[in-house]
Amino acid sequence: MGVEQKLGNMGVVTTTLEQAVNWSRTGAMWPMLFGLACCAIEMMSAQAAHFDMSRFGMELMRPSPRQSDLMIVAGRVSRKMAPILRRLYDQMPDPKWVIAMGDCASCGGVFNNYAIVQGVDEVVPVDVYVAGCPPRPEALIHGVVTLHEKVRGEKLTKWA
Amino acid sequence: MSQIQEVSLDELKHLVSDRAIHGDTMLLNMGPQHPSTHGVLRLLLELDGETVINCVPDVGFLHTGIEKNMEAKTYQKAEVMTDRLDYMNTTGNNLAYVLAVEKLVDLDVPVRAQAIRVIIAELQRLASHLVWLGTSALDVAAMSVFLYCFREREYILDILEMCSGQRMMTTYFRPGGLWRDVPVEFESAVRDILKTMPRRIDEYEALLTKNPLFLDRTVGIGKISAEDALAWGLTGGTLRGSGVAHDYRKFAPYSGYEQYEFDVPTRTEGDVYARYLVRIEEMRQTLRIIEQALTKLPMGPVRSNNYKFVPPPRSEIGTSMEALIHHFKLWTEGFNAPKGAVYSAVESPRGELGVYLEGDGGPKPYRVHWRTPSWDNLQVLPVLTRGHLVADLVAIIGSIDIVLGDIDR
Amino acid sequence: MNESSYISILQEKFGGEVIEFRGEHSLVVAPDTLLSVAGSLRAMGFERLSDITAVDYWPEETPRFHAVYQFTSVQHRATLCLRVPVPGISPSLPSLEQIYPNANWREREIYDMFGIHFEEHSDLRRILMPYDWQGYPLRKDYPLGYEEPQFSFNFDEIDARKPYAKE
Repeated sequence: MGVEQKLGNMGVVTTTLEQAVNWSRTGAMWPMLFGLACCAIEMMSAQAAHFDMSRFGMELMRPSPRQSDLMIVAGRVSRKMAPILRRLYDQMPDPKWVIAMGDCASCGGVFNNYAIVQGVDEVVPVDVYVAGCPPRPEALIHGVVTLHEKVRGEKLTKWA
Repeated sequence: MSQIQEVSLDELKHLVSDRAIHGDTMLLNMGPQHPSTHGVLRLLLELDGETVINCVPDVGFLHTGIEKNMEAKTYQKAEVMTDRLDYMNTTGNNLAYVLAVEKLVDLDVPVRAQAIRVIIAELQRLASHLVWLGTSALDVAAMSVFLYCFREREYILDILEMCSGQRMMTTYFRPGGLWRDVPVEFESAVRDILKTMPRRIDEYEALLTKNPLFLDRTVGIGKISAEDALAWGLTGGTLRGSGVAHDYRKFAPYSGYEQYEFDVPTRTEGDVYARYLVRIEEMRQTLRIIEQALTKLPMGPVRSNNYKFVPPPRSEIGTSMEALIHHFKLWTEGFNAPKGAVYSAVESPRGELGVYLEGDGGPKPYRVHWRTPSWDNLQVLPVLTRGHLVADLVAIIGSIDIVLGDIDR
Repeated sequence: MNESSYISILQEKFGGEVIEFRGEHSLVVAPDTLLSVAGSLRAMGFERLSDITAVDYWPEETPRFHAVYQFTSVQHRATLCLRVPVPGISPSLPSLEQIYPNANWREREIYDMFGIHFEEHSDLRRILMPYDWQGYPLRKDYPLGYEEPQFSFNFDEIDARKPYAKE
């Protein structure tokens, strides 16, 4: 209290290690290019000029899982694709987060049949679910902001 | 959920040449997740250095079982699934399905609904070509075209949202007409697009058409002759780039297309550059069709008044007993289609999109099969890429304009 | 010449019933004459094979399947449809790959979805389903694979059964 008042006049900010690390993690979270179906087009629209995602540090979509932090599963996951999804998730280094974008990734969506995995949380653990078929780019951005808030609240004891 | 299947070389031997078995050439997996494969497509490449000896596409990673799922739903409810097939051309899929249902049950559509269907289907064609241009230019590393095309596409999506409430999966066309009439702002919004698009298309052409880098990467790449293209069943821009002027809007006109004047652009070289020029010209012809349809837009109802198949308007339900009963039957059971099979095709931005619909007298379709254009367009990929470099392969995939939802259904 | 005249030429040569529905004509041919019919169609100017599909009429056993072929002619502006009945016990058809190259993948899809075997096909393996999948999904006796929806009254019991992923 007293220290911060004195230091604040000198242009110095105090914080905890937790807050600093969490803030820097949300600053430039690089998504992995995992667009499967129609939601991928809305993800591309969110990336493009109208609803800019590079405001959140995400303009760099890395196709390689080794260089990305966030996997946005955009689209329906079929039974043939599920082992590949898991393999890519395993190849991502910690810390990593998953957004299930759209109804098909969250719960199987419109397709309740033999070919589609009913919710991608059967394959990878999901942090944020974004509903919609397809969700508007603004809904995806809301999902990203929700994920940032979740990351800000992560505790030191829970880090990998 | 199955584990990743280790496929032994024995099972693949007939796909690769003898040199691969002795280690002369390299087998590379261009996996389902790759920056430029336009969806989840897996290619097994056999490479000699950088040259492609053979390329075997492996599809099925987006298989959704739509055909079987549509058999379990009534005709009206099954239309929801049709948007999600070729997700770049959502209203076009709706149109193909709705035309097939109307043919099966022999239902008339009022002229205003037909004209609005044409306008919206052509706007969707424009939106689909914009995404094609953006993504295939991105594949040959022209990034700014991607951003411009998506900016234009937002205006078209605004119009779709204005009419139906949804940007992409609209389900706006229903059997018998449309869901509801277009709002008052529709005409001025479409006229705005007609005013600004020609100059924007000129901008894209200024960036790409005479650009020596683009020409280097696309001229002479991925050639196919007209007879081969027909034998392999190609349709759409891929066929018209090889010299065959086959367009379903002229071949078997539907929904009033015979009243509009437009050209079908073709080129004869059959390479990636020719297909690019064909689609750019198609965008301009699309604007011509929209202009004519908008000027001639007739007044009248937008839904057929055959209430056995089309829901009656809400205002009549309160006063008329028959309207109430029709509403009840349509919502609880759905309408019954006769026993028989029809095949009806439309021209999607990718080619011939056909629906084979078989009814069995009940409210659910007995068999729905989608003849999708990207299936044949992808099958010809090994023929197009033999002898080219890996970088050319990427340009060729961009030029045949495939959408994996179309292929895997 | 329009569609019905091509059909009548084929009917004279090969026999078979003509079905007419909503202005479309289809010719029913037997499986052993399929290759010769396709060859004559190619010679008559039908350069494109648009579509091959199949329909399952279970529980009827003979014929259990009907394979439906759509041909298009660009020069004559015509389309034509063939229906081939296939029995349910060890179903098989000749492959049209030599005459129309794009029949390759379409026949693979019918093999994958219905189990109809195509003779002399160069590469008959599954195309849409995973390589080791058992069963033929589009047959009428194959279940849809429907998952029970979770409402509030059965939420917990379905939740306990659902396989969630571990880290």
